[in-house]
Amino acid sequence: MRFEGTDSFVATEDLKVAVNAAVALQRPLLIKGEPGTGKTVLAQEIATALGKPLISWHVKSTTKAQQGLYEYDAVSRLRDSQLGDARVHDIGNYIIRGKLWDAFEAETAPVLLIDEIDKADIEFPNDLLLELDRMEFFVYETRQTVKAKQRPVIVITSNNEKELPDAFLRRCFFHYIKFPDRETMQRIVDVHYPGISGLLLHEALTSFFALRELPGLKKRPSTSEFLDWLKLLLAEDIGPELLRERNAAKLIPPLHGALLKNEQDVHLFERIAFTARRG
Amino acid sequence: MFLGFFLALRAAGVKASLREFLLLQEAMMAGLAGFDVEHFYYLARATLVKDERFLDKFDAVFATHFKGVLVAQPEAAGEVEAREIPQEWLEKLAEKLLTPEEKAQIEALGGFEALMETLRQRLEEQKGRHQGGNKWIGTAGTSPFGAYGYNPEGVRIGQEGSRNKSAVKVWDKREFRNLAGDGELGTRNMKVALRRLRRFAREGAAEELDLSGTIRSTARNAGYLDLQMVPERHNAVKLLLLLDIGGSMDEHVNLCEQLFTAAGSEFKHLKHFYFHNCPYETLWKDARMRHADAMPTEDVLHTYDHTWKLIFVGDAAMSPYELMQPGGAISAWNAESGQSWLKRIISAYPKAVWVNPVAERLWIYTQTTRMIRNMMEDRMYGLTLEGLDGAMRRLMN
Repeated sequence: MRFEGTDSFVATEDLKVAVNAAVALQRPLLIKGEPGTGKTVLAQEIATALGKPLISWHVKSTTKAQQGLYEYDAVSRLRDSQLGDARVHDIGNYIIRGKLWDAFEAETAPVLLIDEIDKADIEFPNDLLLELDRMEFFVYETRQTVKAKQRPVIVITSNNEKELPDAFLRRCFFHYIKFPDRETMQRIVDVHYPGISGLLLHEALTSFFALRELPGLKKRPSTSEFLDWLKLLLAEDIGPELLRERNAAKLIPPLHGALLKNEQDVHLFERIAFTARRG
Repeated sequence: MFLGFFLALRAAGVKASLREFLLLQEAMMAGLAGFDVEHFYYLARATLVKDERFLDKFDAVFATHFKGVLVAQPEAAGEVEAREIPQEWLEKLAEKLLTPEEKAQIEALGGFEALMETLRQRLEEQKGRHQGGNKWIGTAGTSPFGAYGYNPEGVRIGQEGSRNKSAVKVWDKREFRNLAGDGELGTRNMKVALRRLRRFAREGAAEELDLSGTIRSTARNAGYLDLQMVPERHNAVKLLLLLDIGGSMDEHVNLCEQLFTAAGSEFKHLKHFYFHNCPYETLWKDARMRHADAMPTEDVLHTYDHTWKLIFVGDAAMSPYELMQPGGAISAWNAESGQSWLKRIISAYPKAVWVNPVAERLWIYTQTTRMIRNMMEDRMYGLTLEGLDGAMRRLMN
């Protein structure tokens, strides 16, 4: 079973190779890249393409590795013991399963997404080394070993906020999603808006890539923002002529709110547009 | 299989481990690369490179190592023959675009035949494959070819059809150059640098009692006290910056200053002082160096004791007199040489580091840079991600 992209996701050749290698050799796949290049969506698309269920684990700054395996709810056990509940004698009643456990025990091997792993504590990836490697872990409270029935496909995304430990990296395949070039972008748009007029797309792409090249932007617009902007253009029925006219005068593109997300960037753009108009 | 490639990668500083190499073998056995060199490239990249900073190095090593294996690319190998260039086309283009002076220049070079000959030689010299290829042909101005706005991209010398599909291109594009860690600091990698500085500020932080954590874990522990400690949020790093201002390096020095200021909230204290070329008896609190902002260096040394971490930022390039002679300063009379002032400052802050925005390979060409580097006992670092990293590590030890 090979991953070849889906109807709603354009995968470049290098991405396909990385995904297929990770699936075939059952190793985790680490995905990095600019925000908005489709890191999280990739896991959903792999799940769809391979016909597997998706289990997502969204990591926050407070997430602990243990929470992915299981949690022992000591507080409710304490309460039950004080109330004299019979449940208290079986410690298994107070073990709460984590996402990794779910993924290991699933009937068909799922796709497990560990999203934004860099958000968590620096030790987080290290704490998962053995679990991801052997795909098993030990529950101390009940003295049982949870072992994966089938090894899930694991996709891990990172936004580079923290560096990941070497030992963790060595166990993964790695892919850096680079910002799509014009050609790829065209394919992406074709997938999302099949009926879009070629002329409009051409003008929009030109505007967009010119905008990205603008030096000094705080946050450069990404693929997902471009798609949103196109959707707006379509909804507002803005024609290619209008876009081109704006291009020529180097004015700020219509509905720029979808592309520029902070006011300094908008100011910068307006200032450049203003000088261009005068000169 | 590919052991040489693996070793070349390690030699180039891509930290691939044996485990990853074995994984690549496993992937090859599983037939994941097929018989396609491009797939092999992607597979090797996904297996051996785990940090986008190394992608560029990987591309470079891949290009050199597998050069002979691939089908010879006439353009890349520099085997372009002069007769392959459509001469009439060039002449026409030249007629259209050249000014009379430029035509005269061509005559001076010996006419078109000579020009073609030179072009052929240039292409031969380009054998080493200049990625980006703007050294020799293509950029306007310096090269005799530049003026005609004529570059391999436009002319497509010795090429049939589109080459976009050819395998060499993928790694020859070197798309990940911006992500390489040893590149100069710019707006692009500023964010990453900032993150490093923050981490540095947090390292070595003392621990304090985590009250809510203690309560939580005590409850979990069925009422038995279980103390929890957390690293202190803001640590006690006190940073003293001495910035060289008023020269060719201003832009870089400013960048560095912004960088530290942006990370400033992470430090307990952050103080800037400015000097021009070399610190003498006076330092300034403001880059404009007005009289009112002046502060005697002695006072600075006494006010900020050795618990402060000192970072010099500057190119350390000046005339040797400015460093060695009393009275050698260019701005005011100095009774003692810059060298003795520097020594005094360094002995007050024995762990001081010097961040030098000039590219590291150029340091040896400037006498004073070499001398100051010696005085700093090699604690001089480039203004790159790696340099900053090294400097910070050194500063904390």
